[in-house]
Amino acid sequence: MIAIVDYRAGNLTSVARALQSLKVPCVITDRADELRRAERVIFPGVGAAGEAMRNLRESGLDGCIREIARSGKPLLGICLGTQVIFDTSEEDDRTTCLGIIAGGVKRFPEGLKEKGDLLKIPHMGWNRVQSRGSHPLFAGIPANAEFYFVHSYYPAPASESDILGETEYGIRFASAVSRGSLVAVQFHPEKSGRFGLRILENFSRWDGSHAQ
Amino acid sequence: MLSKRIIPCLDVRDGKLTKGVRFKGNIDIGDPVEVARNYYEQGADEIVFYDITASSEGRDIMIDVVKRVAETIFIPFSVGGGIRTLEDMRKVILAGAEKVSVNSGAVENPSIISEGAVAFGRQCVVLGMDVKKVGKSEKIPSGYEIVIQGGRKSMGIDALWWAREAENLGAGEICLNSIDADGTLEGYELELTHLITTSVKIPVIASGGAGKKEDLLDVLTSAKADAALIASIVHYGTYTIAELKEYLSGNGVKVREIW
Repeated sequence: MIAIVDYRAGNLTSVARALQSLKVPCVITDRADELRRAERVIFPGVGAAGEAMRNLRESGLDGCIREIARSGKPLLGICLGTQVIFDTSEEDDRTTCLGIIAGGVKRFPEGLKEKGDLLKIPHMGWNRVQSRGSHPLFAGIPANAEFYFVHSYYPAPASESDILGETEYGIRFASAVSRGSLVAVQFHPEKSGRFGLRILENFSRWDGSHAQ
Repeated sequence: MLSKRIIPCLDVRDGKLTKGVRFKGNIDIGDPVEVARNYYEQGADEIVFYDITASSEGRDIMIDVVKRVAETIFIPFSVGGGIRTLEDMRKVILAGAEKVSVNSGAVENPSIISEGAVAFGRQCVVLGMDVKKVGKSEKIPSGYEIVIQGGRKSMGIDALWWAREAENLGAGEICLNSIDADGTLEGYELELTHLITTSVKIPVIASGGAGKKEDLLDVLTSAKADAALIASIVHYGTYTIAELKEYLSGNGVKVREIW
């Protein structure tokens, strides 16, 4: 059973629907005991970091997520769920986050250009993830596969060794990070077609051990 | 590097597909869920549903269509048409749409943009704009005016001003439809598209007029649109989405090539 963390951060049903299409049992829950019992946990989210952290603290789920990240249980962060895993975010006048992976979350700078054209913010649409080394989560994904992104802030891990994949949008940023049994992606696998579903399927089979 | 998006637009009435030409003489061409599945499998980057249903009974049918689409395709899709209240937006988003598009509802009540952005996030709120070329005047300095009711009613609002205002209110994206080009198959309104997309920081989807593959190339390169909405050009089998993408890619446009 995969538990999807409900911390009032956007519509979580799209992740559940994607898992259902793969016939992977899942439950959306805000209960710590259910999260602890689950074999795997998905930590999604859409919205702003400040409110997300407020909700996590008020519900006490902040401690539970930290505990799961340490426990060796496979944990997948998606979008905002990925961002709040870091120490801090520049969003909402600098938000203190969960501090599970060292580093910050930064806003795309104004005036970013590609081929002379000003880039739009949010970074919205399909882009590639150039992976660094192999990881079970990306098994069977071709190098030129693209994933659906929508975000104005990007993860900036302090340690290079936490970077699993990178994406170009005027700058190069970490679009996938991993440490032990934790993997976190900035894009939305549940909205990224067949390759996104493959990532969720890979996660549903992953035992949390390190990259082969 | 971000790919330019190719987005089929499906007009729906009472839960069934139509294809409007200049918003008149619509004909039914089938089940929206099945057509969405086909476009998903053929490499559409996103799908736009435009609900032209008038009755509240028909609206409930549409919510059911949205739910079934959300169980069938795993790419973003938006739903627009007749969205007037936060509750209308909520129904569509809870049914599984990634984005909701407001058009005349936002012209009449601009605060729905900011309320929607606060409630669901900016990325959920698309401003749909129907625009008509009118010539520059003191009231319409850009020469492009906002119209509603399929172009029948002029609103006396400058399109450029409205695009910037909607961005400030919290719209996450603009779907820009030229009433003059819509249904002509003679190409997008390039001048209008360029004007709007270079004046706002949010992505702009160009809509109206796509009849041949060169039209997409023009609007995505010289007019700098972030995405191209297409309808007849794929609905009637002139091209497949893969053919359009192959052509664009061959001409230097970054598109999503495998799916």
